[in-house]
Amino acid sequence: MSVTDVPEKKPFSVGAMWRDKKARGIIMQIAAVIAVLIFIGWIVANTVSNIKNLGIEVGFDFLWTTASYDINQSLIDYNATDTHFRAAVVGLLNTLLVAVCGVIAATILGFSAGVARLSNNFVISKLMQAYVEAVRNIPVLLQILLWYTVILHSLPKVKQSVAIIEGVIPTNRGLYLPQPLPQEGFGWVWIVLIVALIGAFFFKRYAKKVLDQSGKQLPAFWVGLAMIIGLPLLTYYVIGQPLEVSMPVLKGFNFKGGFALKPEFLALWLALSIYTGAFIAEIVRAGIMAVSHGQSEAAHALGIKPNLTMRLVVIPQAMRVIIPPLISQYLNLTKNSSLAIAIGYMDIVATLGGISLNQSGRAIESMSIILLVYLTISLVVSGIMNVYNERVKLVER
Amino acid sequence: MSEQIREYELGMHPELPPPNRQSGLVKWVMDNLFPSVGSGIITVICLIFLYYVIPPLFNWAFWDSVVFNATSREECYAINDGKGACWAFIYRRWDQFVYGFYPEAERWRVNISFILLAMTLVIVLAEKVRKVKGIMWLVLILPIICAILIPGSELLGLTPVPTNKFGGFMLTLIIGMTGIFVSLPIGIGLALARISSLPIFSVFATLFIEFIRGVPLITLLFIASTLLSYFLPPGTNFDLLVRVLIMVTIFSAAYLAEVIRGGLAAIPRGQYEAADALGLSYWKSMRLVILPQALKISIPGIVSSFIGLFKDTTLVVIIGLLDPLGIGAAAIADIKWTALGYELYVFIAVFFFICCFGMSRYSLYLERKLHTGH
Amino acid sequence: MKKLLPLALGIAALATGSIASAGTLDDVRSNDVLKCGVSTGLAGFATPDDTGEWQGLDVDTCRAIAAAVLGDAKKVEFVPLTSKVRFEVLKSGEIDVLSRVTTWTLTRDVGLGLNFAGVNYYDGQGFMVSKDLGVSSAKELDGASVCVQTGTTTELNLSEYFRLNGMTYEPVPVETSTEGRAAYSAGRCDVYTTDASALAAQRTGLTNPGNYVILPEIISKEPLGPVVRHGDDQWFDIVKWSHNAMLNAEELGVTAANAVERSKDANNPAVQKLLGTADAGLGKQLGLSEDWALNIITQVGNYGESFERNVGVKTPLGLERGMNGLWNDGKTGIQYAPPIK
Repeated sequence: MSVTDVPEKKPFSVGAMWRDKKARGIIMQIAAVIAVLIFIGWIVANTVSNIKNLGIEVGFDFLWTTASYDINQSLIDYNATDTHFRAAVVGLLNTLLVAVCGVIAATILGFSAGVARLSNNFVISKLMQAYVEAVRNIPVLLQILLWYTVILHSLPKVKQSVAIIEGVIPTNRGLYLPQPLPQEGFGWVWIVLIVALIGAFFFKRYAKKVLDQSGKQLPAFWVGLAMIIGLPLLTYYVIGQPLEVSMPVLKGFNFKGGFALKPEFLALWLALSIYTGAFIAEIVRAGIMAVSHGQSEAAHALGIKPNLTMRLVVIPQAMRVIIPPLISQYLNLTKNSSLAIAIGYMDIVATLGGISLNQSGRAIESMSIILLVYLTISLVVSGIMNVYNERVKLVER
Repeated sequence: MSEQIREYELGMHPELPPPNRQSGLVKWVMDNLFPSVGSGIITVICLIFLYYVIPPLFNWAFWDSVVFNATSREECYAINDGKGACWAFIYRRWDQFVYGFYPEAERWRVNISFILLAMTLVIVLAEKVRKVKGIMWLVLILPIICAILIPGSELLGLTPVPTNKFGGFMLTLIIGMTGIFVSLPIGIGLALARISSLPIFSVFATLFIEFIRGVPLITLLFIASTLLSYFLPPGTNFDLLVRVLIMVTIFSAAYLAEVIRGGLAAIPRGQYEAADALGLSYWKSMRLVILPQALKISIPGIVSSFIGLFKDTTLVVIIGLLDPLGIGAAAIADIKWTALGYELYVFIAVFFFICCFGMSRYSLYLERKLHTGH
Repeated sequence: MKKLLPLALGIAALATGSIASAGTLDDVRSNDVLKCGVSTGLAGFATPDDTGEWQGLDVDTCRAIAAAVLGDAKKVEFVPLTSKVRFEVLKSGEIDVLSRVTTWTLTRDVGLGLNFAGVNYYDGQGFMVSKDLGVSSAKELDGASVCVQTGTTTELNLSEYFRLNGMTYEPVPVETSTEGRAAYSAGRCDVYTTDASALAAQRTGLTNPGNYVILPEIISKEPLGPVVRHGDDQWFDIVKWSHNAMLNAEELGVTAANAVERSKDANNPAVQKLLGTADAGLGKQLGLSEDWALNIITQVGNYGESFERNVGVKTPLGLERGMNGLWNDGKTGIQYAPPIK
């Protein structure tokens, strides 16, 4: 430490402080904090006095009172005598159901369309371009309504319906499917399936090791597939087919038995998958095009077959570019599923934010829960994405 | 006739046309439609698909005794047996689709605003016009004139028109344009705050952006339509349209902020340092050095945000504003026009397609033009 | 930042009545317009015609209040509301009165902080089915798909009715009557349930109205009426008595056509008190002018006239007076208004 390091003491003055970048920054930040606090305080004060003036009750106790309305699609047991909370959970599960199904369908559709757009087949590439351009430029709400109308008007009415194959009956009240009912002993099939999955995983690792050491390619994919499908199937037959199938049968007004994909779900699922699929197609296309041409040329030079080049060289590198926007498309799909309300699909906005809110009048509480749910989904997914980004980050230089 | 055999020196043979299979239509077809067996099968499937979809669609929409002039659906169907589209209700309610319930006597104000808006777009988009000195002020002034003209004001002798009379495409344009004009500066501000070296600003901006981006727009619109009045002083009464405009704008601003932040992050560190070295203040360095570059590279993202915003204006129908979907729903609720859903949705879809496709093409054009390369 | 200016100007131009004031009456007077929440489109109760003019029984209630307060039945701004947002919008003060086929229940009256100012239509929830189904009673509806409008008491009654009768059903929630009609006519559901009056309205909108029947079972009591916020008694009174004036007028035989003439009839003190010529100061007690009821009757008509014009047997809805007849009609009428004196 030398003497010259001691800063010279300046006389204090406001002007000097303002000219000092650091001090100015601190002052501005303090001002910002105060402004935000005042703003929040103002809102809270307003809300409190409004609530007092209107004489309404506040609190989350309404969640534990009887909901008294029915929901036509529920993944868990629910009836009108359950609580508003359970109704909200049913809604949340419906949101997640359509989101997960939509994400899977949109990914398949989007990757196919994205790769097809780059194909040298003129017809398919133009067709995919038309799909992408048309779908991306039309509001998703409109598409949901359109698909719902299409389903209601073009599928046969229940009384006029015909099965395409035994037990699969499309009607405008839903797509009826046979429902498998596991009987006693079916648990073994599940156990074997898990064992097969683990086995397939280890076989794949072994295959990679063989490939690395000897360059010999083992058909890991097909062996794995055979294990995952074959073993449980074998078990199923060995222990005497412990599965009953409930077939949809027309009784009175509707089909009884089996299981139905409701038209509201189908319309929402179709519309969201097709809409998001178009965005994913563009992301995939951009991702593949971002992989330098030299990479595929190098692969060709090494004598790797074109489809293997795509799978082993181009796609893995493209994924680095594709994944982040892909995830944000998944989030968009989840958020867009809230438009379910336009066609009466009972998601969380329609249950908690719709009927429950209306019965109880607890608008502030219901909306805060809904916001919190969506925020949680977003944060969890972006958290996972950040972890992924860290892992695949190019280690350069 | 004798076969003449001529010898050429190496490399002197005149160029011959390629063999038939290697040129013209045949080659194009072979290369582009049937490069391989699998691909060929896909081509055939696609063509069959197109054959079964496109002609019936065109027939329905344009050729199969389409009815434009009828006074009810029954009349339509009496003319065409219900085979072709019945566009008559759009024709009959055209004014509602364009102006909503805006009073007929005052519609000249909307028409003038449409013209002013078109002028603004020309100024922004056409390069030659843009270069005229001082003309950019018009870009600020014209929308303000629209904002005064359409709702009207006693002070200027214009009969005020309540906003619940606004509707149709006019409402779509009002929400879309206000969102676009206002969210850009807010988005830039948020992006700058988020990357600011002052932690508090960055934290606030991040929280705000992540919150808005984490929730669906429809929940924000529900808040605007039902809850916002709880947060304001008792007795305050904000116009519903203004509340919707605010929500749409901040929603769009949060998305824009992320796009612009991406642009800012792509600017090489050296540019910041160079601006500092020149002794430019923070605002000057941003305005003169950083933002012009950052915005340029963000253009595709910004435009696609705008397209998203424009499409999202349809959501207002869920909280009861009469955008084209709302007007249409009311039209097909009329006993005379029930069950004309397809016509309605196709009509509105075409409108949005034209607007959004136009915007995306323009952005592609800009992208290519501004691509100065490195 | 200059681009913020249009927004600021917009807000300045559009923010209305941003100053808190003592009462709704003063607000209405200073705005010179009554803001009235109505249905988004329900034939006979509130629906805009081709020229954009609102018509209906609920609309007439709004017009009556405007006539009483502002002297002009045209000074109404109609705010179409879905059943989902109506209470929030009313509570937030965005509208002055809600006249939107709203059922009077204890929860709503007390729990939601609202006041029901009377009953302009006695209704009950019923079921509509297509004749092809061959159903003659709601008890035969086991297993049916039922279209039901959300955000109302309807779904609660429905759920309760089916449970009590040991039947199952598939609820198909719809947001608006338009959506409901589209889903119903497409065959999404077998049964449409809502208030019987609204069923009649819905039926007129179907392609072949004669093909549908309304089942005899009425499964609930649905007294529909105008609603105001808690805490403004004067306004509550005005809304209540505007409605009562229409009923009293019908009882006394005062119609839009003869009201002016009858007001000069010195032999009938009840009519004179109603029409403000008796010098009883009744209007003043309400905080209105003395001719408040005269304005209602001349501009809107009495209750019977409004009923027949909007929903009566001669309209497409074709509803009988039934319970909505006057109490002294010797039939099933229960419309009974306290006297104006």
